[in-house]
Amino acid sequence: MIKFIIRRLLSLIPVILGVTFFVFMVMQLAPGDAAKLLLGEGATQEQVEELREEMGLNDPVIVQYVRYMVNFCKGDLGTSYATKRPVADEVFSRFPYTFNLSIVAGIVSILLAIPLGILAAVKQNTFFDNISMVISLVGVSMPIFWLALLLVLAFSLNLGWFPVQGADGWKSYVLPAISLGFMNMASIARTTRSSMLETVRQDYIRTARAKGVPKRDAIVKHAFENALIPTITVCGIQLGQLLGGSVLTETVFAWPGIGRLMVQSISSRDVPMVLGCMVVMTVCFSVVNLLVDLLYAFVDPRIKAMYS
Amino acid sequence: MGNTSSDLSKKYKKVSPVREVMSLLVRNKAAMAGLIFLILLVGVSLSADLLFDYESQVVEQNISERLQWPSAEHLFGTDEYGRDLLARVVHGSRLSLSVSFVSVLASLIIGGILGAVSGYYGGLLDEIIMRITDIFLAIPMTLLAMVIVAALGASTTNLIISLSLSAVPTFARIVRSSVLTVREVEYIEAAGAIGAKDGTIIFSHILPNCIGPIIVQTTLRVAAMISNTAGLSFLGLGVQAPAPEWGALLSAGRNYIRDYSYLTFIPGLAIMLTILALNLLGDGLRDALDPRLK
Repeated sequence: MIKFIIRRLLSLIPVILGVTFFVFMVMQLAPGDAAKLLLGEGATQEQVEELREEMGLNDPVIVQYVRYMVNFCKGDLGTSYATKRPVADEVFSRFPYTFNLSIVAGIVSILLAIPLGILAAVKQNTFFDNISMVISLVGVSMPIFWLALLLVLAFSLNLGWFPVQGADGWKSYVLPAISLGFMNMASIARTTRSSMLETVRQDYIRTARAKGVPKRDAIVKHAFENALIPTITVCGIQLGQLLGGSVLTETVFAWPGIGRLMVQSISSRDVPMVLGCMVVMTVCFSVVNLLVDLLYAFVDPRIKAMYS
Repeated sequence: MGNTSSDLSKKYKKVSPVREVMSLLVRNKAAMAGLIFLILLVGVSLSADLLFDYESQVVEQNISERLQWPSAEHLFGTDEYGRDLLARVVHGSRLSLSVSFVSVLASLIIGGILGAVSGYYGGLLDEIIMRITDIFLAIPMTLLAMVIVAALGASTTNLIISLSLSAVPTFARIVRSSVLTVREVEYIEAAGAIGAKDGTIIFSHILPNCIGPIIVQTTLRVAAMISNTAGLSFLGLGVQAPAPEWGALLSAGRNYIRDYSYLTFIPGLAIMLTILALNLLGDGLRDALDPRLK
């Protein structure tokens, strides 16, 4: 198991290098001269040249990339064009907001979705099944930002139960977490239902029932554990969606997280900030994928056996 | 000889796979509802110019009629510049649909070729292509599209480029795994044995036989693409004003949400219904094409 973890951790390195390289190269295409942007309008040509030389902008791009990565390992992500402050400070002060929101949305959606999916499968073709599947279908089809705006309209502007925007206290988490988590909940519930439907028809479930295992135990212990793999896969994919979705949710709720920071930085053409946000988000995403892979091995002895 | 074979074909009437799938699909009410909605939507967006004039009704401002709630005269109301929202939503369907379809088509073609080549040849080439897609799959699709737009600048063309690129790895993966399922079958070997070229084998023998999952994924991807198109335009990174893309309409309506909520509600509903219809159709196609369920 340790070997497996180490191997997966090592496989993370080329992915992170590749992602940062790609993003770095793409951002080179962005218009605007970094030195000019940093110095502002009034700078003379000599000053700009001097700063270009100092920042190493005259070096080949590949050298700049290597320097960026070396600094990245030291925790230095460059200087923002807009605020002139270190990018790392800004990104890491915003990071907890995005992280907390994603975790809350993720946990709530998983806790709601799995029982919903199981119940829908066990009570297949009943009223409950139909209703929950209609809700999931709507959930999968609803654009995050629209749901967010409707929630704001109903619960903040009309009822006044929750704040319209900002991150202040537990109340401010409710609406962003629902809008971010609803789509996740819907897809996880759909997957859980279909994989449960497949497993409850297996022979070993019939055997367990024939041996006198109560229906509830047969479902929870025998069927669910075996139906878990596709559910975990979807949860993993959905966690990635959370990061993408956080950009939209954070914009609607003026949530002080990385997603909103990135949108703002794109608008103000703050290349180092965009790069910093992207790198941090993709590293998070890769780590989440790694955790999902480890979870597979944890729940499925067949996969575990492959690596031991 | 000629007679016997025609006798045989009379006796065992060949049912075309397309017809077989269609007959299964027709029985699926939800999928049919989705299909009908999409046909209507495409019809409306194609005839948008006949219904509403773009210059005088969609773009031109008419301040005297600004912010009117839906009425008989303006079924969807008017926006902050007095433009009829129905006209804008109808013309917006053209933008949202074409951007999404073109992006999916482009990524299907590029990703499809990469995936087919990777799956068919295997070996080092496969390894290289798959490691590169791994890297791209490590970036959430929305973020990937955002970064490309950030670098290229916000415009409709750049939106299409970034959306297409962001979906290439997914299609490469889907097509590759489909190709792998039929690569080792006898008729592929037979085609190779009678001297068919690699291109012929891939495009006339392999791809037609693994087209099912690709069609399903394409339908579902168009749905995701509509959501992404709207999302990026909502953030101001996609289609630019005054073009009436649905996400952009929503973003503009957002400022008036307190008193004129229809400006947010109606474009959002249009986005949702379109995605829902595509999802219903995609699910229906999956059920109809999945041999295990036949």
